[in-house]
Amino acid sequence: MGMAAAESQFHVLAVDDSVIDRKLIERLLKTSSYQVTTVDSGSKALQFLGLHEEEGDPQTNPPQTPCVSPTNSHHQEVEVNLVITDYCMPGMTGYDLLKKIKESSSLRNIPVVIMSSENVPSRISRCLEEGAEEFFLKPVRLSDLNRLKPHIMKTKIKGQQNLEKLEEESEETQFPSPPTLLPLQEQQQLQQPPQSQPQPQQQEQQPPSNNKRKAMEEGLSPDRTRPRYNGIATLV
Amino acid sequence: MLGLGEDRLRADMNRLLALLFHQGVLDEQFLQLQQLQDESSPNFVSEVVNIYFHESEKLLMNLRTLLMDKEFSGYKKIGIHLNQMMGSSSSIGAKRLANVCVAFRTASQLNNRPGCLRALELLEHEYCYLKNKLHELFQLEQQRILAAGVRYPRQM
Repeated sequence: MGMAAAESQFHVLAVDDSVIDRKLIERLLKTSSYQVTTVDSGSKALQFLGLHEEEGDPQTNPPQTPCVSPTNSHHQEVEVNLVITDYCMPGMTGYDLLKKIKESSSLRNIPVVIMSSENVPSRISRCLEEGAEEFFLKPVRLSDLNRLKPHIMKTKIKGQQNLEKLEEESEETQFPSPPTLLPLQEQQQLQQPPQSQPQPQQQEQQPPSNNKRKAMEEGLSPDRTRPRYNGIATLV
Repeated sequence: MLGLGEDRLRADMNRLLALLFHQGVLDEQFLQLQQLQDESSPNFVSEVVNIYFHESEKLLMNLRTLLMDKEFSGYKKIGIHLNQMMGSSSSIGAKRLANVCVAFRTASQLNNRPGCLRALELLEHEYCYLKNKLHELFQLEQQRILAAGVRYPRQM
């Protein structure tokens, strides 16, 4: 899937333990022309995003295990442009999910929005401080969703700039220099079967732990180039 | 005239809706649901509402079981069920039900068992009323569609 196809629709991952709210948010998002996947828990969200618990340790993390490959049941790569999650969920709360996403160097660039039925100022500021882009009070309205686009676009534009920068830099070095910000769509570009770009170098490289890499200013995604031959089924 | 049937039914629906709004049974969120219904999702409102009924009946049963338990001590569990019911009620615009849940929750937080029992009865009563009215609304809608179909035959 190339850049052009990715541009046509944005994909949102919605997380909520309530069946009704999932149905609602799905309808709201589809009406706003987003592609939607819904899951009922934070852990399933992380699975869908391709985040594994043992991501931190390069030694125990076998090379074949995809670390950042969100997949659907057809083992295709699915890019997620935004995560919208309920705050109050059993097990992993929306806040916990937010933290996990922001702590992951591979996922931290994905904008996260929190929803809650309760207006608790301390809760709201806690989430915003942790990196949430927005905090929606439930019930969420169509007009609220208009606030999503800027956050998604921000990430895409950044990604485009960094991709161009990367193409310049890759001429100079054979080693995977710590890549700059690479959202998943650019990652897919790198993964394309041999194109004229010298990027294959990075493709072969086995990514070390995300956590051990020192993040650059814009944030890192060093294992973007990890080959993904195994998919995981989406659990919803 | 065939047209009259459809118009009359539409008027009945609007009157019913207006009544429910006036009584505070429904609020603006219900209108939001209706706005989300279109050709690509023509039964959206009834689908959501049916899920809501299904969930609510389970929750109400659980609440009753919890409260009726002689060795009752599970206010926390009651709180969890109530939060669910409150959330889904406000998501579909069932304002009065959501408010009863709030009162119920307060009683449970104060460990007030008789208060909880009263609140549960009220909740069940409100739920029945809402269910009946919404069923009435959906029936009117179905009849209206049929009446419109007779005049302007179209695919259902």
